Amino acid sequence: MSVPFALLGLLEREPSYGYELKQEYDSHLGRGRPVQFGQVYQTLGRLARDGKVSVGVAEPGAGPNRKRYSITSLGVGEFERWLATPVAPEPHLQTELFMKVVLAILVGRSAQKYLDLQRSAHLKRIRELTAGKRSASLIDRLLADHALFRVEADLRWIDLTEARLDTLAQELHR
Amino acid sequence: MTDHSPTPPAGPAAHLLVAHDVYKSFGPTTALCGASFAIDAGEVVAIMGPSGSGKSTLLHCLAGILRPDRGQTWFAGQRTDELRDGARTELRRRAFGFVFQFGQLVPELSAEENVALPLLLNGSKPAAALQAAREWLQRLGLEGMGQRRSGELSGGQAQRVALGRGLITKPRVLFADEPTGSLDSLTGEHVMQLLTDSARAEGTAVVLVTHEPRVAGYADREVMVRDGRVSSTDLELATP
Repeated sequence: MSVPFALLGLLEREPSYGYELKQEYDSHLGRGRPVQFGQVYQTLGRLARDGKVSVGVAEPGAGPNRKRYSITSLGVGEFERWLATPVAPEPHLQTELFMKVVLAILVGRSAQKYLDLQRSAHLKRIRELTAGKRSASLIDRLLADHALFRVEADLRWIDLTEARLDTLAQELHR
Repeated sequence: MTDHSPTPPAGPAAHLLVAHDVYKSFGPTTALCGASFAIDAGEVVAIMGPSGSGKSTLLHCLAGILRPDRGQTWFAGQRTDELRDGARTELRRRAFGFVFQFGQLVPELSAEENVALPLLLNGSKPAAALQAAREWLQRLGLEGMGQRRSGELSGGQAQRVALGRGLITKPRVLFADEPTGSLDSLTGEHVMQLLTDSARAEGTAVVLVTHEPRVAGYADREVMVRDGRVSSTDLELATP
């Protein structure tokens, strides 16, 4: 799941409280599928346990959850690796492609570089599927065609998004 | 990003065909600004990129159809940007083949004569040229259609005739600019399969300009042209 990486990315921008993280996630990444408070705190707890975020001292007078979280260098490394790893070109991965682009822009990293990596992974898959069709039976060719059209649809989205990166950045930083 | 750009003077001789730091403008419009590209013998490379990115201009510079404003082009260890027009025409006839998207067949000639045309222009005897053309038509699944004129051929058939004409001189490089652009998916696939199979069998390198991923899927690798520059997409992928 992408929620831990989303939280790491949002924390890379600036230290934050659980409540703020939920707000940020919902407005930029959730798109009608808000993340639950419970999931945010549970994830933050796991990230803290693994040394990827550090937890500040609870503020006096505040509720039990009024803790400020910061990303650690281990957490930054984890986020960087995630962003630099293209998603395996399979159907139904638009959510993760979308998350990576938006998070890259939000934290001021190169969304272009990520899209280049993703395009490269997708084109490699298209070459593999095309090569596989050469000696395949008609049934296997039909299956490969289905996969090809799916991967191609992602590639179109990648091209279109690339053409709109500047506008998207303006909108996200408004 | 790994860049496939060669670095003269050591680079160009190592590749079959090279563009190094090429600039080309048309009036106020800059088509290429520092584009570099290299292809080796027998390789099939797709040049991709959005409309207006400069990919066709790059093909035309590599093929010696256009002369760069700045930068160098090389073929088989020789500078080609410095050749006189006549020498470049000669080079295109002897070493290069072409397949474009539209309107490449001479309508007054039969399919057979269209395929034979490059050999005839190169001074081959008509009987031998037509015999070679018939062999190519057979190889491309067009036996019995040699006497048809281009108006009597389907889009896919016409494109196969154009392919035969592009390959009949056994060129070192075949330049294909959106070769399936006017065909439906299935016909386009057939043409691409024939194109890459025939080129590989002949040891001909292919410079394939396309904006379609499914066409680029027939290449060994691809490069992206963006704002008149080339970047390889053959990136080293990060491991999870």
